[in-house]
Amino acid sequence: MSERIKAIGVRAARWTILGVITFFLAFPFAWMLITTFKRTSDLYNLKHNPFLFYEPPTFEHVHRLFAETLYGEWLLNTALVGVAVVAITLVLAVPAGYALARLTGGLGEKLGIGIFLTYLVPPTLLFIPLSRVVVNLHLDDSLWSLVVVYPSFTVPFSTWLMMGFFKAIPKDVEEAAMVDGYSRLGAFLRVVVPISLSGILTVAIFSFTLVLQEFVYAVTFISSTRNMTVGIGVPTFLVHGDVYFWGSLMAGCFIAGVPVAILYNLIVDRFIAGFTVGAIK
Amino acid sequence: MATVEARGLKKYYGEIAAVDGVDLATKDGEFLVLLGPSGCGKTTLLRMIAGFEAPSAGELLIGGEIVNDLPPRARKIAMVFQSYALYPHMTVFGNIAFPLKAQRMDRAAIRKKVDWAAALFGIGHLLDRKPRALSGGERQRVALARAVVREPAVFLLDEPLSNLDAQLRASARDELQQFQRRIGTTTIYVTHDQVEAMGLGDRIVVMRAGVVRQIGTPRDIYHEPADTFVARFVGSPSMNLVRRDDYLLGFRPEHFLPRGVQGGGASAGFSFKVTRVEYLGADRLLYGTLAGFSDEKVIARLPSTVSVSIDAEKTYDFAVEEKELKFFDAKTELRVAARPL
Amino acid sequence: MDAAVKSRPPPRAKATGVVLDSPRWLGPLFIGPAVLYIALLVGLPFVMALYYSVSNTTTGGQTLGYVGLKNFAGVIGTPKFQTALKNTFVFAAISQAIIIVLSHALALALKKDFRGKRLLRFFILLPWVAPISIGTIAWLWIFDSTYSVLNWTLRMAGLIHGQGFMWLGIPHLAMGSIIAVHVWRQLPLATVILLAGHGSIPQDIHDAAAVDGAGFWRHFFQVTLPLILPISLVALLFGLIFTFTDMIIIYNLTRGGPYDTTQVLASLAFYTGIAGGDLAEGAAIALFLFPLLLAVALAFLRIARRTEVI
Repeated sequence: MSERIKAIGVRAARWTILGVITFFLAFPFAWMLITTFKRTSDLYNLKHNPFLFYEPPTFEHVHRLFAETLYGEWLLNTALVGVAVVAITLVLAVPAGYALARLTGGLGEKLGIGIFLTYLVPPTLLFIPLSRVVVNLHLDDSLWSLVVVYPSFTVPFSTWLMMGFFKAIPKDVEEAAMVDGYSRLGAFLRVVVPISLSGILTVAIFSFTLVLQEFVYAVTFISSTRNMTVGIGVPTFLVHGDVYFWGSLMAGCFIAGVPVAILYNLIVDRFIAGFTVGAIK
Repeated sequence: MATVEARGLKKYYGEIAAVDGVDLATKDGEFLVLLGPSGCGKTTLLRMIAGFEAPSAGELLIGGEIVNDLPPRARKIAMVFQSYALYPHMTVFGNIAFPLKAQRMDRAAIRKKVDWAAALFGIGHLLDRKPRALSGGERQRVALARAVVREPAVFLLDEPLSNLDAQLRASARDELQQFQRRIGTTTIYVTHDQVEAMGLGDRIVVMRAGVVRQIGTPRDIYHEPADTFVARFVGSPSMNLVRRDDYLLGFRPEHFLPRGVQGGGASAGFSFKVTRVEYLGADRLLYGTLAGFSDEKVIARLPSTVSVSIDAEKTYDFAVEEKELKFFDAKTELRVAARPL
Repeated sequence: MDAAVKSRPPPRAKATGVVLDSPRWLGPLFIGPAVLYIALLVGLPFVMALYYSVSNTTTGGQTLGYVGLKNFAGVIGTPKFQTALKNTFVFAAISQAIIIVLSHALALALKKDFRGKRLLRFFILLPWVAPISIGTIAWLWIFDSTYSVLNWTLRMAGLIHGQGFMWLGIPHLAMGSIIAVHVWRQLPLATVILLAGHGSIPQDIHDAAAVDGAGFWRHFFQVTLPLILPISLVALLFGLIFTFTDMIIIYNLTRGGPYDTTQVLASLAFYTGIAGGDLAEGAAIALFLFPLLLAVALAFLRIARRTEVI
């Protein structure tokens, strides 16, 4: 009988932990959503229960976001930078990942570790010299500065991810292609790349989310509001002195945050599988 | 002339010699089997012939030309891998057509050839499927069809039957041999399974530790082994080897019979103490020791047609026909001429 | 053997496609661009940062004179720096400790499959997959001194009276808030990594432990935990790197305040170097991060080596 009580106890504990922690993790987003649609008079009334709508929901904050700020501009900027950086990343990281997975011996392993280690050199160390470089190249306050600099953190990790994905493809499929009439390069393009498309997609999405998240370089290199990305436009611009337009701010956060989250969620499993390849036996 | 020739072929990985001086030459159209335990160098040798590994020393010739520097695609070979290596993202049709696409053949010609190759193996109904929707046996046939479709000069097969279950293996072996006879292309086949080797090969190359121990027909290998390794590797249960002075005496279990059962003719007698009897249906395996040979363990195989009653813990009078006794030098392990007992 | 045939050497087939086939050429070709790019955009700036830290560069100035260790000496003594150094360690240690406990608990709770697990996982992942600055601003709103929903809830529950806490205005509270946001942000990733580790333990081992009579705690500490240790160390290392180097959370929540009490090395470097214009001093501060990161990287390599031994 005590076994049953124990079992119930365990289940209760499990669900409690799940419930409390999930609430802790997801609440800010729910809160973002509620704030976005609450009327200002309702929002700033301290007597009102913040979880309830005392007045009907409104689109005024969203409207102000797009009409009175450069939010739309920022979204476009971010999208452009994202696509450009993903393209550069794929061109650099996919062949490099393949080379590390296949073609090199002991040197290859060292190079692979070296490339991964650069991921550990944080932007908060490099942004100071890079700010000088950007100015000297006359790229300051231009989105191109981001396009040039961002691959420095997308490429190392993407190379490592691709290396993991390529290692999982058996060598004999490539060798079959070589026997069937293709050179190593031909086998790579015609067989290896098509097979690893889902891995390449993972890396593309992952790099894109890294771009969307980036803050340090953007805030260092971009000064005029027009050229901002959404990641820095929202925190820096929508906060006018001490007056925070919380409704629009939360709307901006939600729109900039949740679709990315959904996109990233699609690849999270492959991503984890990719970078824990070494640690799990 | 579609022959493959190796002259003094060696392959080193650092200090280790995977292949340590191999000379062989295939005959046009023959089915040559490379047989040996894992690590003997047979797969490395095959991969050198295919062009995936460059020889450290020696020459490799295909069709009379030295091909050491040629990449795989230029060697007019086709290969069936142990895992079949089918392209997972293409249909069966796409897999078989792939080598033809590399040759820039036009679509109509490709269609004809693929249909022909598929018909050879009875997989015409599978052309639209993807590899993951196929059984092991079907995948193997697709791999074979893909190999055949270019009409290469040489087939290379790397243990293609080892992924099939036992029942399928026997019928696959049968089909494979018939197919090769029909198509007449020189074939080099790697396996560690001596039953497969004996069943399929026109000639067998027995390898160990990177060198060739013997090349011969199955009959030669079985009845006239060149050394103790070949003698023990082929045949199940393996040949009995007992020590006498500075040489080893070898005789196969099926030749080790009770004295009365032996036919006429000169034979050598042994005192056989049976410790265990295994009843296997078609045969009985008798495990025991030989008196006078420091109690070395030997095995006798009695077919079911011999109904002599044998019990464990009893000693019997057994004999081996003298012409079936093989003599080996104890130190070099090589086969030597017969001696008086 | 015919003597005439023997004397003619066999023809040598011509080598084709040297570049396209040979690993010796393709390898460097494939990996070259990436290595070159990284050398230029990570290696070079790193060396520059080293040089700046021993120079007197500013954002406006054109000077680049060598001043030796003056920047380091000047900075180490200041209370601002010492607070930042202390905070860097304190935030990292406390947040990682909390994350370790919570992520293990959450991973255990999530192990079994149940209906709605995918949806729940989506919610759990939100803090990690949403951009950092976005999530931080949401917390800024939650911590707002006037309108904080936290304060409202505590008031309603009768736990406090009056206005409520100034979550970001009082030094220790502000530190706690920052740690809370770090935990919030990284818990999903740590949990998902642990889940992957759990998944790699064959069920047989759990069954064997059950047959051997292990109770819940013994099972966890003596069977499960040792097996997922390598991967949980990976999670820890990633978490440490993030917490050591992050300045986004602090920039958005407190700007280092109140009165520089929540500065860490990364944010201090930013404010000194970019906002303040003293590139040299900023670089010097940022460089203190490097030994920490190197230690973490070496630890990671040792674990990777040990677990990749097959």
